[in-house]
Amino acid sequence: MTDSPVAIELKDISKSFGSVQANKNVNLKIYKGTIHGIVGENGAGKSTLMSILYGFYEADHGKIYVNSKETTIKNSTDAINAGIGMVHQHFMLVENFTVLENIILGAESGMMLSHSIANAKNEIRKLEESYGLYVDLNALVQNIPVGQQQRVETIKALYRGAKILILDEPTGVLTPQEADQLFDILRALKEQGTTIVIITHKLREIMRLTDYVSVMRGGEIVTSLKTSQTSKEELAELMVGRKIHLEIDKTPVKPGETLIDVRNLGLTDAQGVKRLDNINFQVKAGEIVGVAGVSGNGQSELLEILSGLSPCSEGKVQISDITITPKRQTDPRAVRNASIAHVPEDRIKRGLIPQFVASETAILGYHNSSAYNGIILTKTEEIRNHCVYLMKNFDVRPNNPDIKSANFSGGNQQKLILAREMEKIPKVLLVGQPTRGVDIGAIEFIHKQIVDIRDKGSAVLLVSGELDELLSLSDRIIVMFDGKIVGQVDASKADERMLGLLMTNSYENKEESQNESSI
Amino acid sequence: MDFFSFNEILSIFSATIRISTPLIFAAMAGIFSERSGVVDIGLEGKLLAGAFASASVAAVTHSAWLGLGAAIVIGLILSLIHGFASITHKGDQVVSGVAINIIVSGLTVVLGMAWFHRSGQTPTLPNDARFMPINLYGVDTISNIPIIGDIYSKLLSGYNLLVYVSFAAVALTYWTLFKTRFGLRLRAVGENPKAVDTAGISVNLLRYKAVLIGGILTGIGGTYISIAQNASFIKDMSAGQGYIALAAMIFGKWKPIPAMFSCFLFGFLEALSMRLQGVSLPLIGEVPVQLIQASPYILTVILLAGFVGRAIAPKADGIPYIKER
Repeated sequence: MTDSPVAIELKDISKSFGSVQANKNVNLKIYKGTIHGIVGENGAGKSTLMSILYGFYEADHGKIYVNSKETTIKNSTDAINAGIGMVHQHFMLVENFTVLENIILGAESGMMLSHSIANAKNEIRKLEESYGLYVDLNALVQNIPVGQQQRVETIKALYRGAKILILDEPTGVLTPQEADQLFDILRALKEQGTTIVIITHKLREIMRLTDYVSVMRGGEIVTSLKTSQTSKEELAELMVGRKIHLEIDKTPVKPGETLIDVRNLGLTDAQGVKRLDNINFQVKAGEIVGVAGVSGNGQSELLEILSGLSPCSEGKVQISDITITPKRQTDPRAVRNASIAHVPEDRIKRGLIPQFVASETAILGYHNSSAYNGIILTKTEEIRNHCVYLMKNFDVRPNNPDIKSANFSGGNQQKLILAREMEKIPKVLLVGQPTRGVDIGAIEFIHKQIVDIRDKGSAVLLVSGELDELLSLSDRIIVMFDGKIVGQVDASKADERMLGLLMTNSYENKEESQNESSI
Repeated sequence: MDFFSFNEILSIFSATIRISTPLIFAAMAGIFSERSGVVDIGLEGKLLAGAFASASVAAVTHSAWLGLGAAIVIGLILSLIHGFASITHKGDQVVSGVAINIIVSGLTVVLGMAWFHRSGQTPTLPNDARFMPINLYGVDTISNIPIIGDIYSKLLSGYNLLVYVSFAAVALTYWTLFKTRFGLRLRAVGENPKAVDTAGISVNLLRYKAVLIGGILTGIGGTYISIAQNASFIKDMSAGQGYIALAAMIFGKWKPIPAMFSCFLFGFLEALSMRLQGVSLPLIGEVPVQLIQASPYILTVILLAGFVGRAIAPKADGIPYIKER
């Protein structure tokens, strides 16, 4: 593609886990001083490939060349010595250590800490200044926002002398503003000669940031392109192997009766911290209301109260036929009986039981129904048939009800849960993070199902960390910050930038954001 | 009433220190192990094994030092077994620890009977084969000074060497954990082993080092029980001190100095209970002996059940590290 020197070259890299081939004869060239994006669906082998490069796994066969020199990378130490650094998707930080301690961990300059700390401070200051990577070195990692934690990860890699930086899904946890800052830093790093490899599923970021992009599908590199010569649509098609509709077709909203009515809702936790404060909003039949916010600003608590999982401490909620007040608690079964379906944010913890087979997962929460129970024994055959039916309707693969739930991919687990919850066309659907960790083909399908159920007259409350998703699915979006609703906007009039500012409570123009309970 | 006299209080305090010593060794051992992410319920067994090894070797060789050496070696071996099961083979750390406790409890008696034919007891040691109390410099002169002299001679002086070693062990533990590179890595591996692994440090090697240090410390603690505090090994003589040390460590939030003070608290209750036997207290009258003797154990239960709910354990404590993504 160009004749600039190659920083990393992978030749015929293959890796299998049991019968699963995660990487198949991967050939990849990454040029020095460029930003190289790697895209692909979940399970396409991106993370495995990068793990091989960072020494987590050893390839079954194939060769790695770093700066045109064949290099064996057996563990992280080898990778670090070869000048490769990694910013992991789930940060590799010790939460109750200070930023400084995290940075020097494993790269201390002597036996005594005081000596290492004094040495490190100067060097880190230099890094901070040259790349704009400012962090409070004495703060505890658990007390700084995720955007800052990511900087710590980046500094950690640079402090170890990384000339090649791999970032795995770096923007998954960031607000749009934080992502912008990260991109500025990455560009500054590139200017000064660092090679950057970025793994992401967000095509918009690829288009904005990268010089080259490689697409992976089924463990192979499908193609490598110059970013300037491709488009989002082309990349999406290459990733999935078929045409993808990134836009969602949606009919105009036809709101019916109010099915969720939240008034002055508040929640104070055991430590006396206000998790929710004076929340007011309504959701009507036939509309999708999105809830935006940086994670941890009360969205999860809101979902938990509405779904009967936890009590509230102030206010009143009327949801379907159920009334929730601090004195009048409800429980998930009563909620289900009132035709309220809940797709939890954390599907592994609350949506399913990983050790159960799919057919058991398919009736969780509805397992008391007489359809599945005889006098003493459960009706195994009915349960299996029901699961097969759900799997067919929602395209769950593989459509085998006897496989353990844990062994399905994230997207298929989510489809099974959605199938279970949506099957009876609930009056109210509460959805948390419907497409977290779900690949692009399944996202398209899930989005279509959510819009479908709204068209059938359900009231949908959608909590999501993906602004794209909120903007394209919702009819209205409420924005939460610090347990309060700080904005309520018509989705057709909102954009990412505006939501990002609202989410960090730094939006100035108050005319567009209203604090009333409805538009 | 002379129960509250100055001398009585001094003697209760010095008894507190004597009783706390093995607890402190075991608690420091527990801190090393658990800070690295390996739960060490086998402290009890390692204390008992150390006690037996030192008493046996001292009985045969008439050398307290060889006894100490044997106890340390046994502590290291048991730690290696614990490490092999729970670090190398990712087994359940509690199960492995309990297994050590059960094996030691039985094996010490069986071997004792086979070797010494005294129904599981080892021969009573002469004083020169034990760690005997030592007098600090100038005790004879200073003890004549009122109050200060009493404090010096009765509270600070007159313990055996291992008591002073236990204080050094606390200081050393603190210094190692918080001032050295090894300590930083050790604490990190107990919190987030993945972070340590990705930083290019071996998780398993670090954890082995930590449990081995624990083995050395419990060996010294066991030695103290059988050949310093007592003059022979008696069946199950550790009597739950390993568990009490574990409670003290948790109550001290896995920090060396608070853990030392909670050892003192347990030691003080024990000392008080010995002193209170048969004494009639004002208002209360005579307290039943059984209740007093049970008090350290009752405190253990209360502390573990109630107060410790808020203590935050090292996050990866008890979780074997399995490399995966």
